[in-house]
Amino acid sequence: MISRGIVVGQYYPVNSLVHSLDPRAKIVISMIFMVVLFVGNNFYSFAVAGTFAVLAVTLSKIPWKVLIRGLRPIVFIMLFTTALHLFLTPGPAIFQIGPLKASWPGLIQGLFIGIRLIILIVFTSLLTLTTSPIELTDGLEDILKPFSRIGVPAHEIAMMMTIALRFIPTLLEEADRIMKAQMSRGADFESGNMIQRAKSLVPLLVPLFVSAFRRADELAMAMEARCYRGGEGRTRMRQLRLSGGDYLALGLTIIMSALVIYTRIRFGPVIPRGTL
Amino acid sequence: MTPVEKPCGLEAKGVVFKYQVDESEAVMALAGVDLEISQGEFVVILGPNGSGKSTLAKHLNALLLPDEGDVWVFGMNTKAPELTWEIRRSAGMVFQNPDNQLVATVVEEDVAFGPENLGIEPDKIRELVSEALRAVGMEAYKRHSPHHLSGGQKQRVAIAGILAMKPRCIILDEPTAMLDPSGREEVMKTIKQLNQEMGITVIHITHFMDEALYADRVIVMDQGKIAMMGTPKQVFSQWEDISELGLEVPPIGQLSRRLWAAGIDIDPGILTVDELVDELCRLK
Repeated sequence: MISRGIVVGQYYPVNSLVHSLDPRAKIVISMIFMVVLFVGNNFYSFAVAGTFAVLAVTLSKIPWKVLIRGLRPIVFIMLFTTALHLFLTPGPAIFQIGPLKASWPGLIQGLFIGIRLIILIVFTSLLTLTTSPIELTDGLEDILKPFSRIGVPAHEIAMMMTIALRFIPTLLEEADRIMKAQMSRGADFESGNMIQRAKSLVPLLVPLFVSAFRRADELAMAMEARCYRGGEGRTRMRQLRLSGGDYLALGLTIIMSALVIYTRIRFGPVIPRGTL
Repeated sequence: MTPVEKPCGLEAKGVVFKYQVDESEAVMALAGVDLEISQGEFVVILGPNGSGKSTLAKHLNALLLPDEGDVWVFGMNTKAPELTWEIRRSAGMVFQNPDNQLVATVVEEDVAFGPENLGIEPDKIRELVSEALRAVGMEAYKRHSPHHLSGGQKQRVAIAGILAMKPRCIILDEPTAMLDPSGREEVMKTIKQLNQEMGITVIHITHFMDEALYADRVIVMDQGKIAMMGTPKQVFSQWEDISELGLEVPPIGQLSRRLWAAGIDIDPGILTVDELVDELCRLK
């Protein structure tokens, strides 16, 4: 039941311009985009950022269906925050349910936040959809490398991510096996209330942890036997190279950012200050 | 740094190693082992659980250092810290659990792990990786995730990971213990090939008696000491001593022994099917 179709990462393997970009470029673009999305403070800003996101999705050849499916887990948060804004922002009322008063500024503010969240999720999930976990780790290691001088353990972080990715399916399978073994001896994981169910997980977690530590021990031994001694003096087989396409994508991102900043200055906040 | 070349490949002299169980108690895992293994040899180490065979293997690539005595790997003493990495490169080690020795999420990346640690140029690593994968017959799987491979295939990838470091010796610590029969066969075939075609010294630890038949030399360990040593025929002819150690003569060996005991005129030391067939045909 645990390992039922769990895909680590959500990499969607097709050949597209976005897929072939350097992972470092994609990480940087995603970070810029996130900041820009919060710099933008009106619907014009979103029009610019949204157009950019739609362009990126189209070029990535990832079906909208997949992206919309990715939105599902956050629907609740989105509705909740939108509702919160709708009812808690003061201003002229639209309608009233008991003590809750929905206001016009609240409606605008709620929609504004909702749209921002949608664009944010769609664009950032594009990163993991178009970049395989290995590329992502490689890219992250490379981006963090300059910071290793101030004590950021770039290589170690990347190594941890790689090992985690490598062992997630192994441990899930093991959890499934232990669970079945416990169930065959009468353990019950599925009935009872939340607390009872949480309690029934203990006999699953204990052996799982014990085995994870044993695995870690053996893996460390195997890595040492293969001459692993940290990031010092280590080379990589896969080399990352920035190409023309990467510079083009970065350039477009900067133009988009400039446009968003322009809309912020030109049009101001979605609900002008002082009207509340 | 160039080590003085000794005539033999690996050498252990009076090796003693104790495991500290707690402060007051220590278990003697190796109680004085003397051993010489020459370059290109295929050695199988047998022995009951706890006989010290894995501990001995870990001494042969400096994963463990002897409490007493010395171990030389191709002329390099394992106690010299500056030689540790060169020793581990030239005497690679494959472990029992295939899952717990693969590091990366893609086969080819995993094979590259060793050469990357050695700081080899990227282009050269690519060459080494495809060469190693070809040697174990796994090049078709280079982009696969190790998670989806069978046990035998995983072990072959692990062997390729060692091969990519261009070792002169491979130590295999019960590599077939967790595999099904077809996986075992796969791995044994690969190991034999490496020994015969690439001249790599193989030290194979196992508790499957039939795997000992591949060996030039069989070493039987018991209670931290070498109890028996010789060709498979020599070792398995010592019928009583073998069973006293809780080990078994391989089935064909038992069969020829019984046939001989029943008065049929054949060599009781025969251990393989082919030999037995030849011998029986001669009787006609």
